[in-house]
Amino acid sequence: MLAESLALTGALFVIGVMGVLIHRNAIIIFMCVELMLTAVNLTFVAFSRYYGMAGQVFVVFVMTVSAAEAAVGLAIIIAIFRHRQTINLKDINLLKG
Amino acid sequence: MLLQVAAAAASQTHPLSGTLAEWVWLLPVLPLAGFVINGLLSLNSAHFGPRDPNTPAHHPHSEGAAEAPLISHAEAAGAVGDDHHAVKRHRWATVTSIVGPGVLILAFALAVGIWQAMVGAHPEAPFIQRYFSWMPVGDLQIDAALQLDQLSMVMVLVITGVGALIHVFSVGYMRDDPGYPRYFAYLNLFVFFMLVLVLGANYPVLFVGWEGVGLCSYLLIGFWFNDKANADAGKKAFIVNRIGDFGFLVAMFLLFANIGVLDFVGVNAQAVQLGAGSALVTAICLFMFLGCTGKSAQIPLYIWLPDAMAGPTPVSALIHAATMVTAGVYLIARSAVLFSLSPVASLTVAVIGALTAIFAATIGLKQWDIKKVLAYSTISQLGYMFVGVGVGAYTAGMFHLVTHAFFKALLFLGSGSVIHAMHAAYHSTHSHEDAQDMRNMGGLKRYLPVTFVLMWIATLAISGIPPLSGFFSKDEILGSVFQRAQGSTLATASWLGIPGGTLLYIIYGIGLAAAFMTAVYMTRMMLYTFHGPTRTGVEEEKHLHEAPWIMTGPLVVLGILTVIGGWLNLPEVITDLVPLGPREVLGNFLDPVVGDATARITAGAGHVPATTEEALIGAAVLIAVVGIVFALLRLKPSTLPTKREAVAETGFEGVVANKYYVDEGLDRAVVTPTYSLSRNVLWRIVDNGFIDGFFVNGSAALARGFGWMGSRLQTGNVGTYAWVLVVGVLAVLGAFTLR
Repeated sequence: MLAESLALTGALFVIGVMGVLIHRNAIIIFMCVELMLTAVNLTFVAFSRYYGMAGQVFVVFVMTVSAAEAAVGLAIIIAIFRHRQTINLKDINLLKG
Repeated sequence: MLLQVAAAAASQTHPLSGTLAEWVWLLPVLPLAGFVINGLLSLNSAHFGPRDPNTPAHHPHSEGAAEAPLISHAEAAGAVGDDHHAVKRHRWATVTSIVGPGVLILAFALAVGIWQAMVGAHPEAPFIQRYFSWMPVGDLQIDAALQLDQLSMVMVLVITGVGALIHVFSVGYMRDDPGYPRYFAYLNLFVFFMLVLVLGANYPVLFVGWEGVGLCSYLLIGFWFNDKANADAGKKAFIVNRIGDFGFLVAMFLLFANIGVLDFVGVNAQAVQLGAGSALVTAICLFMFLGCTGKSAQIPLYIWLPDAMAGPTPVSALIHAATMVTAGVYLIARSAVLFSLSPVASLTVAVIGALTAIFAATIGLKQWDIKKVLAYSTISQLGYMFVGVGVGAYTAGMFHLVTHAFFKALLFLGSGSVIHAMHAAYHSTHSHEDAQDMRNMGGLKRYLPVTFVLMWIATLAISGIPPLSGFFSKDEILGSVFQRAQGSTLATASWLGIPGGTLLYIIYGIGLAAAFMTAVYMTRMMLYTFHGPTRTGVEEEKHLHEAPWIMTGPLVVLGILTVIGGWLNLPEVITDLVPLGPREVLGNFLDPVVGDATARITAGAGHVPATTEEALIGAAVLIAVVGIVFALLRLKPSTLPTKREAVAETGFEGVVANKYYVDEGLDRAVVTPTYSLSRNVLWRIVDNGFIDGFFVNGSAALARGFGWMGSRLQTGNVGTYAWVLVVGVLAVLGAFTLR
């Protein structure tokens, strides 16, 4: 069972990574990051079946942090949008050297 | 540590311990205190500005009548109220007039007291006072220590004695100078360093004094630094002296590297280890002599001394005639043990001395500036002293040093008195004629009778007319050269392939020739200055006057010393003929210091028969008389044109008058190439191209390049960062997995 679970979470994680790399829209990238976190959570859950409950405790932590991150991240995105009328990352490159 | 305790114990039992000699530290400290006081007074005027020159400050009779004749003449001429004659005396001039000469008189009194103690104690070993450890570095142990022995005692007496007289003279000469306290501060500082030089117990302490007097010389040559020529003369003296100091330093390094000690007692004790006549000891002596040629103005480093006449005349008397320039003679006498071990180096000293003596004397024949004549005369007489110490006649060299200090100080101060009168005369008529040119003088004996008589005494003394002091000292040097030409260690040595004996006879001949020229140029100077018609100018003549007593007083004392100075060291051959007094007082006094070294050089030299010696003395006196008579007959001050009317001399006379074009030659051979090398190669290529272009700008460009490369990574595009992050993570994971 573990092998299938890990294959699933691995696939989910790679989908998330690819989404982050390919997309330009900040909201979509944000959602892809959430997808990666979900994949990690699933991995924790899968392992907790074999190695004890600690994995599930971590899931709670990850969900808390990702909720906080979502709040802050969305706030930043809204602020940027208000400022520049776009959330396309291609146009947001103020730190270019 | 044990050694120090033992040495301390030894000094406890020294015959001078417990006497006034314990106060030897006070000798240099007194002038140092004078320097501090006068220096602060000088600074004070810098902060609060000089006294308003328009306030009537001339109370002619308040403190000696320095300018009284001038002012009364000026008033008689109807110049009352003319700002030009207002005396710009410094606000603290009175304090300086007391402190400046006062510390010197106190130091001289102390020196006499110490000398009395020394005469009573007859110490065979030097009296050494250690104050603190100065440079304890590994094997190098250098103490701040003073050494009192007969040699330094003679120097201390000359420095403080002649120095005190010149300080007193300066009170009159410099009275109206706005930089009066600064002048005395420098002069006192000079005496401090000079005393450190002669009292130091090791070469490094001596070197401190050596550099210090060089500094003061620089400061005083450029005393009137508003005139660029004076400042340049100071720089020239300083730079030329650095060349000599390099030699002195190398000599010290060689000494330390080979025998590991630098104090005089240690060096004298261990010098024999270097090996008599070895290349090493010769190298040490020659490097040391290079230092002496710089400080004492010998060929090839004499060029700075004539220019040093840019300073005030009392400075020329004290520093550039009587004391500082004799430091080289003192150094060789102090290192007599080393020089006596190297006949080649000793002969070199004598040869250079003889060449300098004749060379400078010929230039002195054609100079018109009264101080330049005396400057070349000083160089020439210093050459005599080096002949003396070169042939191992250390006493004779020191004897001539002492008598020369008397009569040359007298000559310089006398010329100061003349210039003082000339300057006042030209000042009163607002003339810009040269107050130092002999062609503008003439007939001054009517106006300066005291100076006239005293300067003739000094002239006869320097020419070698008996029984004046210069006769005895010069004759002792020449006699020593003659005596050592047979059988001494110098005579048996060979110098550049020439047998030492032959060389010494040649040096003797050169010495006689230089004595002849000395008589000629000194008589010439006296003739043109004091005899014949007055060429100063009709109006100016009325203002010529004798100097005030504060200036003539020191002259009289120096005149007396010039006359009786010879009694310091009467030679045997004279006392056998005429019972004048005890013979060879100075020689016996100095014997504990230089006796061994002299004996090493004269070993094997026979005694010159009394008849020969009498003949030699007769010849020397005859030559001096012939020189004076020759000048009196040949030179006609009555037909001399003034400076304004004079035409340039041509032919060989022109070459001599232009000092053999040595300065011009050096300018072309050394100064100009150095300038163009510095400008075209060192500045344009090395500094601008290599240092600035490659290192400074190159490193900046390198940093900028790296910065540009780093900045390319910062695209500002989050997508790129994410890619880099992922690739990095994969790379790290891959590395861990595949390991």
